[in-house]
Amino acid sequence: MTIVMPTSADLLPLRPELVLVAGACGLLLVDMFAVARGRAMLFWLALATLATAAGFALAGLLAADPQAPVRAFNGMYLGDAIAGVLKLGVYAVSAIVFTCARPYLAEQGLSRGAYYILCLFAVLGMSLLVSAGSLVTLYLGLELLALSSYALVALNRDSAIGSEAAMKYFVLGSLSSGMLLYGMSMVYGATASLDLVAIHAAAGAAQDHTMLMFGVAFLVVGIAFKFGAAPFHMWLPDVYQGAPTVATLFIGSAPKLAAFGLAYRLLGAGAGPLSEQWHVMVAWLAVLSLAVGNLFALVQTSLKRMLAYSTISHVGFLFLGLVNAGPTGYASAMFYALSYALMAAAAFATLLLLSHRGHDAEDIDDFRGLNERSPWHAFLVLMVMASLAGVPPFLGFWAKLAVLRSALDAHMLWLAIVGAVFAVIGAFYYLRVIKAMYFDKADNKTPTVLTSDRGLQWMLSINALLLLLLGIVWNPIMTWCMKAFGAV
Amino acid sequence: MDFLMPATLPLLSLLIWLPILGGALTLTLGNRPESARRFALLIALASCALCAPLYLGFDNHMGLMQFVEQHAWVPSYRINYALGVDGIAVALIMLTAVTTVLVILGAWRSITVRVHQYLAAFLMLQGVMVGVFCAMDAMLFYVFFEAMLIPMFIIIGVWGGPRRVYASIKFFLYTFLGSIFMLIGLIYLYLKCDSFRLVDLYAVPLSMKEQTWLFFAFLIAFAVKVPMFPVHTWLPDAHVEAPTGGSVILAAIMLKIGGYGFVRFSLPILPDAGMHWAWLVIALSLIAVVYIGLVALVQEDMKKLIAYSSVAHMGFVTLGLFIAFALVHTGGTAAAQLGMQGAMVQMISHGFISGAMFSCVGVLYDRMHSRMIRDYGGVVNTMPWFATMFVFFAMANCGLPGTSGFVGEFMVILAAFQQSPLVAFTAATTLVLGAAYTLWLVKRVVFGKVANEHVAELQDMNLREAVVLGVFAAGVLFVGLYPKPLTDLMGSAIAQLTTQVSASKVQ
Repeated sequence: MTIVMPTSADLLPLRPELVLVAGACGLLLVDMFAVARGRAMLFWLALATLATAAGFALAGLLAADPQAPVRAFNGMYLGDAIAGVLKLGVYAVSAIVFTCARPYLAEQGLSRGAYYILCLFAVLGMSLLVSAGSLVTLYLGLELLALSSYALVALNRDSAIGSEAAMKYFVLGSLSSGMLLYGMSMVYGATASLDLVAIHAAAGAAQDHTMLMFGVAFLVVGIAFKFGAAPFHMWLPDVYQGAPTVATLFIGSAPKLAAFGLAYRLLGAGAGPLSEQWHVMVAWLAVLSLAVGNLFALVQTSLKRMLAYSTISHVGFLFLGLVNAGPTGYASAMFYALSYALMAAAAFATLLLLSHRGHDAEDIDDFRGLNERSPWHAFLVLMVMASLAGVPPFLGFWAKLAVLRSALDAHMLWLAIVGAVFAVIGAFYYLRVIKAMYFDKADNKTPTVLTSDRGLQWMLSINALLLLLLGIVWNPIMTWCMKAFGAV
Repeated sequence: MDFLMPATLPLLSLLIWLPILGGALTLTLGNRPESARRFALLIALASCALCAPLYLGFDNHMGLMQFVEQHAWVPSYRINYALGVDGIAVALIMLTAVTTVLVILGAWRSITVRVHQYLAAFLMLQGVMVGVFCAMDAMLFYVFFEAMLIPMFIIIGVWGGPRRVYASIKFFLYTFLGSIFMLIGLIYLYLKCDSFRLVDLYAVPLSMKEQTWLFFAFLIAFAVKVPMFPVHTWLPDAHVEAPTGGSVILAAIMLKIGGYGFVRFSLPILPDAGMHWAWLVIALSLIAVVYIGLVALVQEDMKKLIAYSSVAHMGFVTLGLFIAFALVHTGGTAAAQLGMQGAMVQMISHGFISGAMFSCVGVLYDRMHSRMIRDYGGVVNTMPWFATMFVFFAMANCGLPGTSGFVGEFMVILAAFQQSPLVAFTAATTLVLGAAYTLWLVKRVVFGKVANEHVAELQDMNLREAVVLGVFAAGVLFVGLYPKPLTDLMGSAIAQLTTQVSASKVQ
């Protein structure tokens, strides 16, 4: 057996990932050897890494040919438009997260180096995951993302609740990885290939689907675990609440894009011919997630936990798009993932706005009377909540429109109606936040100090205004999504 | 048809975006309430002035949409930024512009906290409501329809009464629940004809089963907004808790959006289902007229009484629209037109009357800080000018001939009589019931001896309040004495609607 050296044709499409590896390793070195002032550079280095990677990803996306996607390393790595759009989304959302996390890390005395480095490795994992052309690359990317996330949750090692959350996340995450791996082995057994294209072909040609279906069922469970879809959502609220807010901010936003990539690569690109079977499973996961997420979110007093449950409900909406199992369906689900990642980044960042040394804002009551103290920030939070609730003209509404359309397109009227009813129930708990800010008065328990960090304030303003702006000009993003799946 | 009217000036866009941008600018005048008031009034007056070219440039004899603007907005989902108006929309837009000016004037002194946010919310609301009346694309309509919720939610919740939180959330959730089914209906229609443009939706053939489903999806959305019995329960709460301006806008404009929705969506898109289910809507309208009229009789809160009277009066709008189905079926096209015409006149008239009634309560509330009828009595002794106005609007509310309240209701009853004397008779009980609750209200609040020392200290209304009520009174009298300009304005739109209603879409 000869060792084949990678050629430039293999390496060129990998430029974003190579930049990320180099950047993360560079950060490790800087963190190790630099003095205090050098550490302040970590943030800018991390941002520069993301920007460079995004530049290469954009170049790859513009050059991508929908008919003939770039296949490197014998098809283990795909440089198609789907990966391009998802990567750009991941990098952009991560950049927002990095900027918002900066003052919190400094104030709470958390290790900046560890945070940015772990996040960059997670971003690398996500990049690899969404570009995966084979089950091996997929798993590799997924585990890199998962391991970095476990460590991120335990970032504040003195916090008992944080360590507990990390342990829970690790155990359940490993379990789900095991399920996924088991499913993959079944699929491999049934199709004798690890390559997704080959699996697709074999699944389409096979007469007997028993073993393949067995494997796909496990894949669906694994995906549901990673997304946090009910009934595999148990880890999510505890992890989101227990983790330091900066870690929640990261794991709650960008990885949803990667999870969509995972779902599409496994179910769409791989097990596409079996969509008649798996779309029923996904539909029920959607119903359960909508019910569990929305109903449990109603009774939360902690905003962090409420947003965690709302994540579950948004996953349910995203699944409405997947149920369609066609190009427009995948495009709508991807649009939903992109919108949700942006909204989640803004929503968790609002908690950082109210946090300061000695006080970790996480309750809805912390927002009381915000309109009197800072009308502009109250207005920003209002826009974020309205967008999450799905009120037009904000981006969140169009995302809901897209997935409802996909569900109706798949002739699943009942599912669309369930989604619609839960959208109304969901609106209630977002309204509670608006109510706290505008209708209630601050009392002596409310934190009076807003963070003075300009970077966070600007980034939050930009992010919230983006939800409005993209709600008016969402055509380009939708067109990208549809083009990526060849739906136009 | 889009190319027949090359509009040099995007008048409708201006009417929508001037108040919205003006509202955004008002937000920046946070620490200067006096400038905020002046600026907001200026914007509202400018929007009012824009209505002049709209009315003058509108051709009454053309049945088509006018002032059309159309641009691709979201090509990947075939959503257009398509605007256009017919006579009904023009009348409602003018009503909106005038009412907003009066609301801003009315709040000049009574709102003292966060003035700039209050004014900004109303200006933005105005732009969004005008957008609802102009939208010629179903998704654009839906966006405006829903975007109204947030400003109104804030208005009720921030400047409202003691139970404002409950009322505002109830208002939001009710309307949101209603409209989300309409959204599903619209997506269904979109998948059917690959367009959100209303003209395309009007043309698409639909089976009876599809029409029935869609009919109920739209019915929920608009019935909540109108509001019709039995989904009217949010309205008394919202009205009572809202500040005066909020109540005026709710009653004068927002309820009309429900009626307008029937005219734009249910009637022309689903004529067969409308025909089949007209009895249901007619029955609900009659319940609203009679039962809600009785409920209004026993109210102790002035605002609640007027809120229930609004529900009863809006019953005439839905009655007039749906009696037309029965009439075209039996060949009474002229009577059908009369019914719809009456419904539309009633919308405009109720806009003036209910707006005025709530403004009257606002005038009293600013002085006494009470809405309870028992706290008043003999107001005429201390506020003679105000009492004159109040009695005048009360008469209009009962439907006294010569006021606008009479015209619409009379036309609807006349049309209903040609279909079924029973329906007409039941509807006509409103004249008795309306007179009963309104006059009894007047008797207890205005007439009699001075009830207590607070009433004895009352000052008559000032010039600003007189102007607000005077403009409302002028509107009531004008429509009541000379409704011809209004009916001419809406005539061709009504004629077209009658054609759409009578044409079957089942293939």
